[in-house]
Amino acid sequence: MAQTIAVEARNAVKEFGSGASAVRALDDVSISIREGEFFTLLGPSGCGKTTLLRLIAGFEMPSAGKILLNGQDITYLPPNRRPVNTVFQSYALFPHLTVAQNIGFGLEMQGRPASEVKATAARMLALVKMEAFANRKIGQLSGGQQQRVALARALAPAPKVLLLDEPLSALDLKLRKEMQIELKRLQLETGITFVFVTHDQEEALTMSDRVGVMSAGKLHQVGSPKDIYTRPVNRFVASFIGETNFLPASKVPGGVQLGCGAVVEVAGLTGTGTTTLTVRPEQVRLATQGEAGAIPATVRNLVYFGTDTHCYLSLSDGAEVIARLQSPSNGDVGLETGQTVALRLVQGAAQVLAD
Amino acid sequence: MSDAEKARDTATVRTSWLLSTPALVVLTFAASGPLLIMLVYSFLTKGQYGNVEWVFSTEGWRSILYSEDIFDPGVFVWADAHLTIFWRSVKLSLMTTVLTLAVGFPTAWFIATRPPKSRALWLFLITIPFWTNLLIRTVAIFEVIRNEGVINSLLMWTGIISAPIQITYTDTAVFIGMAYVYLPLMVLPLFAAIDRFDMRLIEAAYDLYASRLAVLRRVILPIVRPGIIAGSILVFVPSLGAVVTPRILGGGKNMMIGNFIELQFGQGRNWPLGAALSMSLLVIVTVALLVYVRAANRESPHG
Repeated sequence: MAQTIAVEARNAVKEFGSGASAVRALDDVSISIREGEFFTLLGPSGCGKTTLLRLIAGFEMPSAGKILLNGQDITYLPPNRRPVNTVFQSYALFPHLTVAQNIGFGLEMQGRPASEVKATAARMLALVKMEAFANRKIGQLSGGQQQRVALARALAPAPKVLLLDEPLSALDLKLRKEMQIELKRLQLETGITFVFVTHDQEEALTMSDRVGVMSAGKLHQVGSPKDIYTRPVNRFVASFIGETNFLPASKVPGGVQLGCGAVVEVAGLTGTGTTTLTVRPEQVRLATQGEAGAIPATVRNLVYFGTDTHCYLSLSDGAEVIARLQSPSNGDVGLETGQTVALRLVQGAAQVLAD
Repeated sequence: MSDAEKARDTATVRTSWLLSTPALVVLTFAASGPLLIMLVYSFLTKGQYGNVEWVFSTEGWRSILYSEDIFDPGVFVWADAHLTIFWRSVKLSLMTTVLTLAVGFPTAWFIATRPPKSRALWLFLITIPFWTNLLIRTVAIFEVIRNEGVINSLLMWTGIISAPIQITYTDTAVFIGMAYVYLPLMVLPLFAAIDRFDMRLIEAAYDLYASRLAVLRRVILPIVRPGIIAGSILVFVPSLGAVVTPRILGGGKNMMIGNFIELQFGQGRNWPLGAALSMSLLVIVTVALLVYVRAANRESPHG
């Protein structure tokens, strides 16, 4: 993948209101989005991800900091002069225009000749598989079809960067899955840099080349979906993406010691003091009694989920651990509530969190 | 079809007629009735002290365009005074419509973009004038624009002018007065249209390289067009038939059709002419509306 930077935010701060009542929606965020990548801003609602998107689109100006596009400062450029287009959460399609006119709107506003507008609109209709709907009015389309038109409209002027503001949130589950695949396809076919905003971690993991996790106006971690899932930098990232276990621990040479006394090996750990160990439920396995590194635990509850069974365990110090055990062919993991078992953490799966 | 079904259908039809009777009665007596009377009167002979004599005559209709020479009975001359009045009415009504649209659009936009709480207050303020008698409102405007009124006093006091500007008893006075009186009729339908307008479309258009002017012309105006049409009709129609405002602000001199019609039924004692003028006004309004609505609804070249 090309490593050229398409969009960059440098120490972007955005405050709404003023004085003591000012709300800091974006708190000193710096981010570099590479050209041609599918980048996702992930976070709960109100985390500032949409604000960051609106700064890039030009709908808002930052209170401090800069926005750069291909190295050029565009911080104070109005939206109509930025080669950046947005797919809105509400689609915001023009109800008085037909599908084709909606798609051609951007090109027409750029002053392109009518023949080119028409040709590009036709090409975009084909790209989103909506050829048959060219002359329909927006009101005659379903949600999924409107979604496609919104995409085509934003892609038609061939923007440097396409911004997508939770575009799938209004669709039902089945359609959402379809559109996820569709979006990924469009991104690969057009080669345009996509900046996708969502609060849905699954969407973020399945579509993105890289993900930026945000909360409370701060950017916590940027990395590939695998990085984010397997190497979360802090408690927020670990808990927001997928399910996980948190275990209080203290640092000892070569690893950490849990409250129950068991020592878990963690590579590259230095210093002393208390910390938090995190491990994904699917990385917790049952062990045979007496096996090296086995931690004794008591089964508190078992929940059958089909492909796997969630096993709620407690350690001797009362700390709770969830283990996601693969269900055997007869569906019975062979455990009973109250039973004492031994468990182990898959080598290298446990992480120590900074906070 | 079975007899039972037939009977049921007949009953349904009968019930429908019965239910629509009140509406039909109102339409007959309140709408078509007076119009028919006007139509009949316009073809009768004028009575000496007003009223009509039941003798067929086209005099009323003819005298709209031609008047009999006073000194030379039997010679008809082009009634340019009447045409002047018609022309003034149409011109002033059009100007009023344009001015109320120009002032009303930003006003309606302002109200529609306020937070819901204060929006109710602004709408309330817009409707307050409706609670006041039209005569009082017109007299109030008269006070503002007369030679010793607020505007002239202020301008003279500040030294901008040395002698008062004559506004009252001119077409301008009628124009200002009508624009003031009919402004709410423009603002309210515009507000309703703008209130329904999805403001996010502005961002979408702005994002798609539209300039501010293009956003207005290509997105906002086409979408709120029904409100513009409704407001224009609501202002244009009563303007054309206005009586009180032109009488007070225009003096007796600058008559509009409404005054002229009123005159025929009053001092003029020429009911057939008054009736014919009323019918003409109706035709003018209808034609104007048809032309306007058709033009406004025609797909614009772009969209």
